[in-house]
Amino acid sequence: MPITRVSRLAAASLLLATAACGSDDDPGRAGATEPSGGQAVSGPVTVFAAASLTDAFGALASAFEDANPDASVELNFGASSALREQILAGAPADVFASANTANMDQVVEAGAVEGEPEVFARNELQIVVPAGNPGDVRGLDDFADPDLLVGLCAEQAPCGQFGRRVLANANVTPAQDTDEPDVRSLLTKVEAADLDVGLVYATDVRAAGDAVEGIEIPEEDNVVADYPVAALSAATEPDVAAAFVAFVLSAAGQDVLASYGFMPA
Amino acid sequence: MSERGATTRYAERRRRGGARPPWGLVPLAGLALAFLVVPFVALLQRAPWSSLGQRIGDPMVTDALRLSLVSAFAATAISLVVGIPLAWLLARADIPGRSLLRAVVILPMVLPPVVGGAALLFAFGRRGLLGGPVYDGSGFLLPFSIWGVIAANTFVAMPFLVVTVEAGLRSADRRYEDAAATLGAGRWTVFRRVTLPMVAPSVVAGAVLCWARALGEFGATVTFAGNLAGRTQTMPLAVFLALESDRDAAIALSLVLIAVSLAVLVPLRDRWLAA
Repeated sequence: MPITRVSRLAAASLLLATAACGSDDDPGRAGATEPSGGQAVSGPVTVFAAASLTDAFGALASAFEDANPDASVELNFGASSALREQILAGAPADVFASANTANMDQVVEAGAVEGEPEVFARNELQIVVPAGNPGDVRGLDDFADPDLLVGLCAEQAPCGQFGRRVLANANVTPAQDTDEPDVRSLLTKVEAADLDVGLVYATDVRAAGDAVEGIEIPEEDNVVADYPVAALSAATEPDVAAAFVAFVLSAAGQDVLASYGFMPA
Repeated sequence: MSERGATTRYAERRRRGGARPPWGLVPLAGLALAFLVVPFVALLQRAPWSSLGQRIGDPMVTDALRLSLVSAFAATAISLVVGIPLAWLLARADIPGRSLLRAVVILPMVLPPVVGGAALLFAFGRRGLLGGPVYDGSGFLLPFSIWGVIAANTFVAMPFLVVTVEAGLRSADRRYEDAAATLGAGRWTVFRRVTLPMVAPSVVAGAVLCWARALGEFGATVTFAGNLAGRTQTMPLAVFLALESDRDAAIALSLVLIAVSLAVLVPLRDRWLAA
């Protein structure tokens, strides 16, 4: 998919930049870029990852390929719920990284996971508005404003469930104009100012850069999403799948995730 | 006598549409049919028959079905009104760059619908090429409303009508039009009384294709019009989201969509296209 290629390229250059900064500041961290397993693996690995991981996993995949020159990572992003369905329907996935534990649990129950899933990152929600905040959004209360173009994720996607929980915590009944199928399509519509306000992950706000502005949600209303990752039992190259999971959990992987705004697990 | 009899029988069989096929066609036709039918059989076999009635009565389903039907018929109507004239221009008018125009008309058929939806946003969104000035002037907005659904459906489905009608026009015998003109009929009268009736089967076939494509539209709709139950959530959107949470519901919705399409398409085919 061309889109993935482009974002991976961008992510790779960003990673290079951050890696360069890291080694300048702190030479001790250079050792952390070695994969934890030590031994380089070879072969393909197909990773199904939540839409909110698009940029971070693009960078992780490049870093993994740098550390394992004979390995190649194929990435497939989508709503965790959609990916779960694809995996349960027998899609050729070797690793699954979900934006919530519920979808991972269902894959585990189906017996499709090798070993135990591990939480590798956490994320919280943020209010996102287009640059310049044309709707003059101040906080969660504005989600009830019928004059604003309000977007949420669909209830089926984790960001939709978290978003509804945040609004319920704040006692706000949203007057949304659309329930987008996944977090990236919601973000895209806010970036283009086709929507005045949406609820996305803090990492998405960061990834969108200058096109959007983020508004913090009060701590007592916010929810924190746990991101679990697991190698799948149907993996064609189990050792590559396991190595990729280990890499995500390694210090190097955690550095990449942190650079995209994810909180440590 | 026997030769004449054979000719008559052959003509008789042809009238009934029962030509004997060349032997090589049958297995290939069977293969094509099986490929098209087996997925539907599989769908039926997975259907949650016991809870089907209750699922179909769900307001979410009836809303989505109503919206799908309204927007598919509206898109077909719009396509007929502006698409037939466009087909005529492409087939008959002496305009420069006609092959390029034809390619442009087919573009929405080739484009991934999601890209089509994004292009619609760039054109008619709140910050769009045309949508921006209109929104600033009047506050009217296509996206996130049924008008957006109809616009997305029309964008994706109209080319099917235009291409079909254009083919009909190009294969129609123009001598009838010439005769009518020689007899003093004006250009509009010729178009209305001679050309249109002559290509009526193409118009109906094109309208059916257009309607069917609009009814199943997903990508452009979700990208341009968004997804909100009761307002912009058509059946394909409801099916897509249901697939992620409740597969039985998704299958039930698909069955409704299939049943409705058959209910519309089968009588139409018999009446208009079998002649």
